[in-house]
Amino acid sequence: MIISVASGKGGTGKTTVSASLAAVWKRPVTGVDLDVEEPNLHIFLKPDIVHEEKVYLEVPRVDESRCTLCGKCSDLCQFKAINVMGSAILTFPEMCHGCGGCLAVCPEDAVSWGTRQLGTMSRGKSGPIDFLMGSLRVGEAMSPPLMRQVKDRLKCDLARTGSDAIIDAPPGVSCPAVNAVMDSDFILLVTEPTPFGFHDFQLALEAFAPLNIPAGALINRSGIGDDSVQRFCQEQGIPVLAWIPFDTDIASAYSRGKVIADLSLEFRQKFSQLAASIIEQIGENEACPK
Amino acid sequence: MSKIAVTSEGPGLKDMVDPRFGRAAGFVVVDTTTKEHTYVDNGTSQALAHGAGIQAARLMADAGVEVVLTGYVGPKAFEALKAVGIKTVQNMDKISVGQAVEKYIAGQYDYAQTPNRQHH
Repeated sequence: MIISVASGKGGTGKTTVSASLAAVWKRPVTGVDLDVEEPNLHIFLKPDIVHEEKVYLEVPRVDESRCTLCGKCSDLCQFKAINVMGSAILTFPEMCHGCGGCLAVCPEDAVSWGTRQLGTMSRGKSGPIDFLMGSLRVGEAMSPPLMRQVKDRLKCDLARTGSDAIIDAPPGVSCPAVNAVMDSDFILLVTEPTPFGFHDFQLALEAFAPLNIPAGALINRSGIGDDSVQRFCQEQGIPVLAWIPFDTDIASAYSRGKVIADLSLEFRQKFSQLAASIIEQIGENEACPK
Repeated sequence: MSKIAVTSEGPGLKDMVDPRFGRAAGFVVVDTTTKEHTYVDNGTSQALAHGAGIQAARLMADAGVEVVLTGYVGPKAFEALKAVGIKTVQNMDKISVGQAVEKYIAGQYDYAQTPNRQHH
């Protein structure tokens, strides 16, 4: 099973929770960093990276000797990545989303695949935890194509090893966040009891609702702010699976790259309980399909 | 004769130069010999999330323009204009389209060698 840890608002504690969940997970597990714009799960899991590869997107390359400037590719492309202008054909590889439409419509076979590097994919091991991470190339604007390739690798690995996966998703509620959580069996939304936390929590719920994936909340920094997130969850029937207190020891351990579940028996039990609740939630959902 | 286009906030010579190229409201295209002018609307470029400059450059190439007078041009639009042999004159904003055309005819301009706007 795949569990995504997402949030809406950034800085609510996704990575803190992902690392701790992976650390207490009873079955074999892969920790996956899909926050490819700024991956940081490795800072906590400290994996030994055993393999790193470059990831590419296929973009059009034009054979000008074959091009008749008919403009079919240019009319099709919604992103101005391939353009017939006057008597020239011009490509802007950085604008390309890699759909392949220009190759398909070209009647002269003048378009073939070139490549643009999206970033890198790293794999490693942190004790018993398998580790997988995508990192976007600095200057690259599109993260979903890289995320898709990391997820393809993950699916292949999971099919082989039979392990579970915990995905550290990017913040926000736009394409990268939706892309990170869309293939999971459960979404854990990490939020905090502040107006910002509450606001973005609602946005995240709304953005992920069409996916029909069971979700639960974790309230981090509990003890500050107010109880609006909790009341909202009660009203909407969203299970709150754990509370993490607003605590100096946690903040201090985090700043030193430590896994919170390793701090004390109390925290370890808290996260073990969270893991058990998630598995229970997924089980309930399977027993009563929507 | 030469055909020049001025990025414009409106359809006539009295309208102000739109400082933007890719997201200009439109282009007043002027024949420098006959002084006749036509207007090319740029509404479709404005609706694009990305690539407005490239789209605008395509419009210019299709209209047979040889020189563009504008405020500033981004890197992709600059590359696209250069590839089709259209020269650009930057920093022509804050005056009317008619004044920009007169400045050009009087020779008070330099063709841009590099774009004066970066990615945003």
